[in-house]
Amino acid sequence: MNRALSVEGLTRRFAGAAGGGALTVFEDLWFTVAEGECACVIGHSGCGKSTILNILAGLDAPSEGHIIAEGKEVVGPSLDRAVIFQGHALMPWLTALANVELAVSSRHPRWSKRAVREHALKYLALVHLDGSEMKKPAQLSGGMRQRVGIARALAIEPRMLLMDEPFSALDALTRGALQDEVLAVRAKTRQTIFMITHDVDEALLLADKVLLMTNGPKARIAEIVENTLPRERTRAELHKLANYYPLRNHLIEFLVTRSRELALTDGPSPQERRNPPIVRPTASFTQHASTSAPAQSTAQSTAQSTAQSAAQPPAQAAPPCTASTRVCVA
Amino acid sequence: MRSAAAPIRSGCIDMLSSLTLRAALVSLALLGTFLALWHIATLGSGPVVKMDPQYAKLMGAAAAQGKSAMPTPADVGAKIWQHMQNPFYDRGTNDKGLGIQLAYSIARVGAGYLLAVAIAVPAGFLIGMSPLMHRALDPFIQVLKPISPLAWMPLALYTIKDSSISAIFVIFVCSLWPMLINTAFGVASVRREWLNVAKTLEMPAWRTAWRVILPAAAPTILTGMRISIGIAWLVIVAAEMLVGGTGIGYFVWNEWNNLSIANVITAILFIGLVGMALDQLMACLQRFVSYAD
Repeated sequence: MNRALSVEGLTRRFAGAAGGGALTVFEDLWFTVAEGECACVIGHSGCGKSTILNILAGLDAPSEGHIIAEGKEVVGPSLDRAVIFQGHALMPWLTALANVELAVSSRHPRWSKRAVREHALKYLALVHLDGSEMKKPAQLSGGMRQRVGIARALAIEPRMLLMDEPFSALDALTRGALQDEVLAVRAKTRQTIFMITHDVDEALLLADKVLLMTNGPKARIAEIVENTLPRERTRAELHKLANYYPLRNHLIEFLVTRSRELALTDGPSPQERRNPPIVRPTASFTQHASTSAPAQSTAQSTAQSTAQSAAQPPAQAAPPCTASTRVCVA
Repeated sequence: MRSAAAPIRSGCIDMLSSLTLRAALVSLALLGTFLALWHIATLGSGPVVKMDPQYAKLMGAAAAQGKSAMPTPADVGAKIWQHMQNPFYDRGTNDKGLGIQLAYSIARVGAGYLLAVAIAVPAGFLIGMSPLMHRALDPFIQVLKPISPLAWMPLALYTIKDSSISAIFVIFVCSLWPMLINTAFGVASVRREWLNVAKTLEMPAWRTAWRVILPAAAPTILTGMRISIGIAWLVIVAAEMLVGGTGIGYFVWNEWNNLSIANVITAILFIGLVGMALDQLMACLQRFVSYAD
């Protein structure tokens, strides 16, 4: 098993405002991300998604628990964990090229100016911005600025990419174009990615697994949904894949009702928290949802004692109803 | 359908509508009105008063002959022309050209101001980046800031014992505060996002300060510098009136003692023009470092 990232018992509390007690944003989170995998966190506002990302990036410290990245504990920011911020966070007084060069020269302080420049230009070309390098951020569109942010993060050739709702500030068309770019980059570099998003379709397009968080405060990971869609997927053809709608419905059902319901319940035992259930929604769920709708999910679920590795089941269609542990309603 | 005459007319109207042109016309009209009123006010005042010749000498020939003591616009114009023709003459201690006096003043301002920049900007950085130093130094800054430059003068003269250096010291101490406070504010309000980017790129503190904080805070720092140069120029005129010797402030006071009001008005005009030039210089620098956000 090749773990790029292991989160163990992560808790974040904020000191209470005047009169109130401490606010626990999330508690006792345990999950892993394997090398080359793309993991996505989905949840409502206030469940602490950005806080998790900040802690992973080293910009914030957890109240309890620790994070092991590449075998070492995360105690501060590192060039090995590049961040793509929600608002592009480009320096407005520098051109696009200078912004990327700043990152490259931070990573390779001994390189000559020309080497830095060439490296930066290469990555700007990767995000299709050649021709706009000498423009300042104010002269670029929102999508172009975010592309520069992506180029900047990729140019330092990090071990892991952390993306904080990278496309939420953009319009739908630009978002689609940038998702395609990220897919293409992933195909080339096989980067380990940890992403936060609100967009269910984006998660299904980009992620290998989706972590579902209940509502805050005291948010926890309810489930890990494994993305069983084939690896080579495109945005245009996504909705034609057999398992797309079951997966999508499952995620939406979670966001609409279950995230709140689960937040109100007591929650699993500490042992169960270490291994959140890994779920693979299938077509049987869709069938079931159209006849009658019980409150619980009847998706295929497999409880495992150790965390899952990144291996994807190759089948595209739903497997037949044979496993004994599966709840099957047909 | 537009007639043939319409394009020409609309062209003129376009020109006339240009805001700059209209503003210029209004300015000229105001200036003209002011000069006209001035001229009317100084045309003449009442009958000749019989007075003691010595008293008449004391009060100046103009007052004794029933003319207005205030110079007319024409007198002032002639004086300005006279000064501009030969600005750098030097005929002794109390008789130097306007150009030389202005040069002395600008030199003193330059010295005091640059010294203030050298102290205020680094100190402002320190205060902006360290909440501890901010709290610790705040009482001192708040108490020293409102002290008038002329109140510093006796202390400066007593310790420094040199009137020119005292004037420079007073410039220094008064142009310090706006720069210090603005720099501290600019540094403290650098966007957290940019600092986070620097952190994730593992930039050491000095590199963050030089490549991120300084350019980010530069517009605010330059605003402080622009305010300070205005204050410095104000202070030098007052300080020179007090300590004398050379400089435009001394020139004004000297010409007042000579009751040469035309010279006084000329000097006032040039003080204003130089002050404007200094401010425009700072504005130019400010445009250079500003960025669209």
